[in-house]
Amino acid sequence: MATHEFAAQESHAHPGPQGFVRKWVFSLDHKVIGLQYYFLALAAVFVGMFLSLLMRIHLIWPTLALPLLGDIKPETYLTLVTMHGTIMVFFVLTTAPQGGFGNYFLPIQIGAPDMAFPVLNMLSFWTTLLGFIVMIAAFFVAGGAPLHGWTGYAPLSAMQSTGPGEGLGADLWIISIAIFCIGALMGALNFITTTLDMRAKGMTMMRLPLTVWAWFVTAILGLLAFGVLLSAGILLLMDRNLGTSFFVPLVTINGQLTGHKGGSPLLWQHLFWFFGHPEVYIAILPAMGMCSQLLSVFSRKPIFGYKAMVYAILGIGFLGFMVWGHHMFMSGMSPYTAFAFSIMTMGIGVPSAIKTFNWLGTLMRGRIRFTSPMLFAIGFVSLFVSGGISGPFLAQPVLDIQLHDTYFVPAHFHLIMGVASIFGIFAATYYWFPKMFGRMMNESMARWHFWFSFIGTYAIFMPMHYLGMAGMPRRYSQLTEVTYLHGLIPLQKFITYAAFVTIAGQLIFLVNLFWSMFKGKQASDNPWEATTLEWTTATPPPHDNFGGHTPVVHNGPYEYSVPGAPRDYVMQSDPEIGPAH
Amino acid sequence: MASFSTTATVEDPRISLGDGGILPPTRGGGGDDSGPGLPDYALRLRRARLGLLVALTPVLMLFVSFTSAYIVRQGLPTLDPRTNTLVRDWIPVTLPKLLLINTGVLILSSVFIELARRQSKEQAALRAITAHPRVSAGDQMRIPWLSMTLVLGLTFLLGQWTAWRQLAANGFYVATTPSSSFVYLLTGTHAIHLMGGVLALLVAGIASLLRRSAATRSIVVDLTAWYWHFMAALWIYILCLLEFAS
Repeated sequence: MATHEFAAQESHAHPGPQGFVRKWVFSLDHKVIGLQYYFLALAAVFVGMFLSLLMRIHLIWPTLALPLLGDIKPETYLTLVTMHGTIMVFFVLTTAPQGGFGNYFLPIQIGAPDMAFPVLNMLSFWTTLLGFIVMIAAFFVAGGAPLHGWTGYAPLSAMQSTGPGEGLGADLWIISIAIFCIGALMGALNFITTTLDMRAKGMTMMRLPLTVWAWFVTAILGLLAFGVLLSAGILLLMDRNLGTSFFVPLVTINGQLTGHKGGSPLLWQHLFWFFGHPEVYIAILPAMGMCSQLLSVFSRKPIFGYKAMVYAILGIGFLGFMVWGHHMFMSGMSPYTAFAFSIMTMGIGVPSAIKTFNWLGTLMRGRIRFTSPMLFAIGFVSLFVSGGISGPFLAQPVLDIQLHDTYFVPAHFHLIMGVASIFGIFAATYYWFPKMFGRMMNESMARWHFWFSFIGTYAIFMPMHYLGMAGMPRRYSQLTEVTYLHGLIPLQKFITYAAFVTIAGQLIFLVNLFWSMFKGKQASDNPWEATTLEWTTATPPPHDNFGGHTPVVHNGPYEYSVPGAPRDYVMQSDPEIGPAH
Repeated sequence: MASFSTTATVEDPRISLGDGGILPPTRGGGGDDSGPGLPDYALRLRRARLGLLVALTPVLMLFVSFTSAYIVRQGLPTLDPRTNTLVRDWIPVTLPKLLLINTGVLILSSVFIELARRQSKEQAALRAITAHPRVSAGDQMRIPWLSMTLVLGLTFLLGQWTAWRQLAANGFYVATTPSSSFVYLLTGTHAIHLMGGVLALLVAGIASLLRRSAATRSIVVDLTAWYWHFMAALWIYILCLLEFAS
């Protein structure tokens, strides 16, 4: 065992927790807060998944009365679409990879005892939880939850009388997102300050694990994007409740003038998508970082092109703010503007391709260990490529106008933003579970879970591309009544059956997660023989992360198969091995 | 017994984004014996300032976003259903003269809080020196700059409320015209943010009452001062936007 170098320890900025409430409920410990975020996302993902199941059932059996729920009316279907999208995007894809794993592992991976501002960190979680509760409350108020889609397009979302759910339910939806924004901003503030100011001695920016780079850039994206969404939400609330006309033009409802005039629905779209497109990268960048980490660990090779990977993360983050207009090709924008957005969107393919080829380069000639985290990491690459390849289609205005309102778009974004990101979360769960809980997850169950998920998601989303190309419109609640779509109904049925099987597969994960917490095999401190700092400390890590020490870093994060080294990996805090080989 | 003047210079800690990494301090949490010149104080101040800088970014984005909406909305026509023609519904609001007085009050408060910041830093520096039992500082008159800032801050908020009432008295309510919507939106959002500054001033006062360390008080006042300056600059920007871009 090599000797790790430690410096004098920075005393923890807050005392150790006393009692259950301080330790597990109102905790200031970033690790507990990370777990709180993780389990919040876990609860949210099952809510979101249940809603999607109801949608799938309704699409192929539209007249079926469900136990306890009864008929699903067309407006109820739109409510399901809205709440599924909102919960998944905000409370799962944004919450788990950044709030969950980022909170838990960023400070440890940079050698810090905690986040820079622990109280703010605690507040960010409780704010996010409050946002989730408010969001769920929308189901239980008069009129129910809103039906304007997760994008909340005005004027449908900007007036109370446009449909059931657009009263108090829509207000709660907006307030929930505003609360979420505040929580996310507090989190981003902590991530950025901690990364810049609390790195251990020797942990230069170019020695940061790619996970940290991904969380850091994601936090910057959040910092710039959530403020804009918050502003849009404030304007929307004013339109709805104070009679202003930011987003509402002169409209009549049932022949009656509403009192609004002169507002622009497109203004909402601009503000929303200025947030909305970076949000895609907020969801996927942490997964990219985590899978980069795993591909290197389980290929027993340094990551291929570390610097290129860092610059690609930065490039994706920067370009992510330049392309929001590609969501609005249908809005009648100038062809010249559309062309500019199209070119910028194509441009994002460059750093994305750099990352993809570097992942493949990392795998090439590696001594690959096909563990469950590695399977999910490879699955992530597969899904990222499959979902990404349809991006250039949609980036072209002439094609997008044809495909925009069809199933092609849900197929694209579910693969690349939804499922790929979820695979990143699964990969990270299987990888870091031993460190978080001190036990290993059951490998057999993990493999069954992988194959159910991998085959299942392809079975669900690949056929959707064909539905889209065949012209099947999305957002319609009843497709069985439309003659020209009859030929496509079998494909919809196949998708629903695949969804049943895939969701059943997720129960394997749930059982494995909780069973392994208590009954899993005891884990050693470094079961994967990895190099980053979290594997130098005890399992699970002590309150101050390094047990009274602070590591001193001498090496890069991916020193595997080092020639002349006594074993095939050199940890970051091991004595220096010289220039990166 | 030695005596020292009250002028003490302390180098500002700079935020380092370099590749050198940060050597962890030997202690954290802020004890009573820390002060300017000691590594713990410098690190805490630097970290807090970095946090503030990051925290101000979304505030800036919020107002950038409002500005964008302001410019776009200003140029939009609307349909007149009686004549079936496109007309402009942007009626410029005549801003109350009181806003200029409020601006003067806010700028003066910004000056006061800067003086408070410098005074607090000097006190913290002196406290570090006089912690030695054989050293004492000469008596000095302490002007309550923080309290004066607080009074001016509350005066500004009261002035803004009065300006709102004047607007309403002139027939400009929130939904009267898009320009009045933006007046209420921008001034109201700014006022809410300034209330955060007032709260921070109260926290600084409480820190003083609770006899927190001079270093802790100095950091709280330093952050509040920079936040306050930002709010003053933001207000001048908002006023110019409403006055000259309408």
